[in-house]
Amino acid sequence: MPTKIFMEALSPTMEEGRLVTWHKSEGDAVKSGDVLAEVETDKAVMELVARGDGVLLKRLVAEGTTAPVGSLVGVIGAAGEDISALLGGAVAASAGVSPGASPSSPAPTPHAAPTTPPAATTPAAPAPATPVAAPAGTGSAKSSPLARRLARDSGLDLGAVAGSGPGGRIIKRDIEAAVASGGAAMAASSAVSRPPSTVADFVDQPLTQIRKTIAKRLAESIGPIPTFYLTAEFDLTRVAELRAAAAGEGDEYKVSFNDIILKATATALGRHPEVNAHWLGDKIRFFNRVHLGMAVATDDGLIVPVIFDADQKGIGEIARESRELAKRARDRKLKPEEYTGSTFSVSNLGMMQIEQFTAIINPPECGILAIGALEDKAVVVDGELAVRKRLRVTMSCDHRVVDGAIGARFLQDLRRLIENPLMLVF
Amino acid sequence: MATFDIIFLGGGPAGYVGAIRASQLGLTVGVIEREGLGGTCVLWGCIPAKALLESSHIANRLKHAAEFGVKVGDITLDFGVAMKRSRDVSTKNSKGVEFLFKKNKVTWIRGTGVLGAGKTVKVTTADGKSETHTATKAVVIGTGSRVRGLPQAGLELNKTTVISSDEALVLEKAPKTLAIVGAGAVGCEFADVFSSFGTKVTLIEVLPRILPLEDEDVSAEVSRAFKKRGLDVLTAARLSGTKVGKDSVTMTVEVGGEKKELVVDKVLVATGRAANVENIGLKEVGVQLTDRGFIKVSDTLETTAKGIYAIGDVAGPPMLAHKGEREGIVVAEVIAGAHYHPINYGNIPNCTYCYPEVASIGFTEAQCKEKKLDYKLGKFPFSANGRARTSGETEGFVKIIRDAKYGEILGAHIVGPHATELIHELLVARENEFTVEEIDMAIHAHPTLSEAIAEAVLDSMGRMIHA
Repeated sequence: MPTKIFMEALSPTMEEGRLVTWHKSEGDAVKSGDVLAEVETDKAVMELVARGDGVLLKRLVAEGTTAPVGSLVGVIGAAGEDISALLGGAVAASAGVSPGASPSSPAPTPHAAPTTPPAATTPAAPAPATPVAAPAGTGSAKSSPLARRLARDSGLDLGAVAGSGPGGRIIKRDIEAAVASGGAAMAASSAVSRPPSTVADFVDQPLTQIRKTIAKRLAESIGPIPTFYLTAEFDLTRVAELRAAAAGEGDEYKVSFNDIILKATATALGRHPEVNAHWLGDKIRFFNRVHLGMAVATDDGLIVPVIFDADQKGIGEIARESRELAKRARDRKLKPEEYTGSTFSVSNLGMMQIEQFTAIINPPECGILAIGALEDKAVVVDGELAVRKRLRVTMSCDHRVVDGAIGARFLQDLRRLIENPLMLVF
Repeated sequence: MATFDIIFLGGGPAGYVGAIRASQLGLTVGVIEREGLGGTCVLWGCIPAKALLESSHIANRLKHAAEFGVKVGDITLDFGVAMKRSRDVSTKNSKGVEFLFKKNKVTWIRGTGVLGAGKTVKVTTADGKSETHTATKAVVIGTGSRVRGLPQAGLELNKTTVISSDEALVLEKAPKTLAIVGAGAVGCEFADVFSSFGTKVTLIEVLPRILPLEDEDVSAEVSRAFKKRGLDVLTAARLSGTKVGKDSVTMTVEVGGEKKELVVDKVLVATGRAANVENIGLKEVGVQLTDRGFIKVSDTLETTAKGIYAIGDVAGPPMLAHKGEREGIVVAEVIAGAHYHPINYGNIPNCTYCYPEVASIGFTEAQCKEKKLDYKLGKFPFSANGRARTSGETEGFVKIIRDAKYGEILGAHIVGPHATELIHELLVARENEFTVEEIDMAIHAHPTLSEAIAEAVLDSMGRMIHA
């Protein structure tokens, strides 16, 4: 009689577990009590032990794969024992829970954005000659032809999409849902020239059990996006000096405080991909490129045009681009690709004498920085009272991705860049 | 008196199919039905009407028999015979459902049911006895719909001069003159039947075109075909001054500002059906209705009363047998706790069996415009299709509306020979999210009417071969 190995509830709240490593190979002899595998629960990595003697006949779950509690993950029996009857149903039962593209590896999957900008849509025949292959790395995810086309165009990895059609087939509504939750943002990334790089544009990190638990608990507590706020007051005296010095060099070097803040934010984001990220439901996408959204108020309402690769641009270029984008936003002339694809956003109400406010996160982004009014304030500097230019910023953070300390470290770096803007040249 | 897992109130297409599915899933099932099994579809709708249309089709074909080298002499038409055949077909189908019930061990309780508290149904049987049956899991209401008149136009059904489809199906002979009010599927089908049997038919529609729910090109094509066959087609028409007499009906029809008096032997009212929600105890058990008078149901077809479900016409439009059948299957699976696929109400075919036949799925071109969809059209006429030419049935076309970017089938509209059969290729494609490209990739046999679909698809990609 074979002994079935089940995913056991290794903690009281565990609903599923990720099989981290198998300690036994198929064919290995095992005794009751032997450690078969390590399983990551919602709390910790625990050991899964054998409940019978014999030979490990079958491993049904690949390393890195998540399986619900109670599902069959392996079989122990006598060497050569026929367990095909047992497996018939079991394989089907466990197939549905593999975590997408690369079930064998929990490691982050780097991606390069499409090398060509999303071709100005070809209205003619939808690329008849090319069979619509699923994007690389999708394995054999079942999908409809329409879903494959939509995914290809959105730059979505089919392996990362959960199918809701018959037998888990990926259909149109699944792609639409994935796109709505931000997966498509990348397809719209701008055509800004950027030196070729060996570093991928972003890294997808599958959710660990602890991340999943944090996400679930916090979302239950506060709403779909468990947001918290970090407020800091920066000293802009030296930014003012920098601005004045630059303007002295001629009109073409005139920039606003906001331009310098955008530049500093972009630079800080480049150093903190952990806040420059998208929450994609089953994983977090950390970006190695900084596409900075800037909220612009128009007569029709708010729109957030994007300065692509903002960390790679100089203050002057950011100034020109933000002016141009703001104007085009107010004239309602923005193209869709100019207001999609941001990785982080900034909102500024300083010009309206708002000292401090909280901005609402633009999902799937995980943070937004709310910039208040620049004020002359009496502060204590080196033990003496002095009048300094001060600015209050508040960062809204999606706690599913950004923990308090992570957000605080980012703001610490941003403070360093703003209070000593010379650091921006490094 | 008896206890079942499920009781279906009504043995029409929704109820009888649901009953069979429930039985397959191991549940005990009782179906309460006062008339024959099969409901409106089998007894008073789809089946007998299509049988009559077949008679009318033969009559029309024979008129052209000589062109095919077949001399048939004088053709005489006898509506009474056609009607009796249609009744026979109907009875056979109803008996067929009885057989299926026996095979699947579904109990038919002959009588009229009223819902009671605690999932019970009180039945007054055909012989006047009263008995109460209990369902342990659920009661499913599938009481269907019924014909109705148009009192606001002075056309209360009197079953002699102002009739509905129910009476039209059992007329002993075709009237000399007939006005049909309402040019939807039912109106157009009877217009075809009676005009083929020599009746002078006036088809009257208040909206600007016949088959108003179909694509505009479709309406125009059928309208043209009808006019060619001598039917009077009056659209955007207003009725007034209706006088219902013993042997005739007089009414004033106003079209485009012009009024004309119409005197006809009979008027057939085909402007819609009413849901059967009365006298079955809905209110008493807490089953609520929608604003439009249908039973309000959830995604899983449950009414506002727990454990009571509703399916078919009574649960809301589209009032189509195949929609009801699918709801029957799904409700059985839901109640049995079996796996089920939610119903895709956006991909239910519409079929009209007049000649030329009409079939469609998805959006019309006007709807695509309204939704501001970026679409491409493909259209292929049967006049350019080899198989249609061989049979001399070259009216109509296939029209495909596809998404400009991804090739998704947004809508498909067919007018012409066997349109109601042809549509299913596109239906399956659309249900499975095949795009126009996958349809093209499938090699279509030659010569077939289906090639017109392949060509329309190619046309939508700018690559049509045969026109």
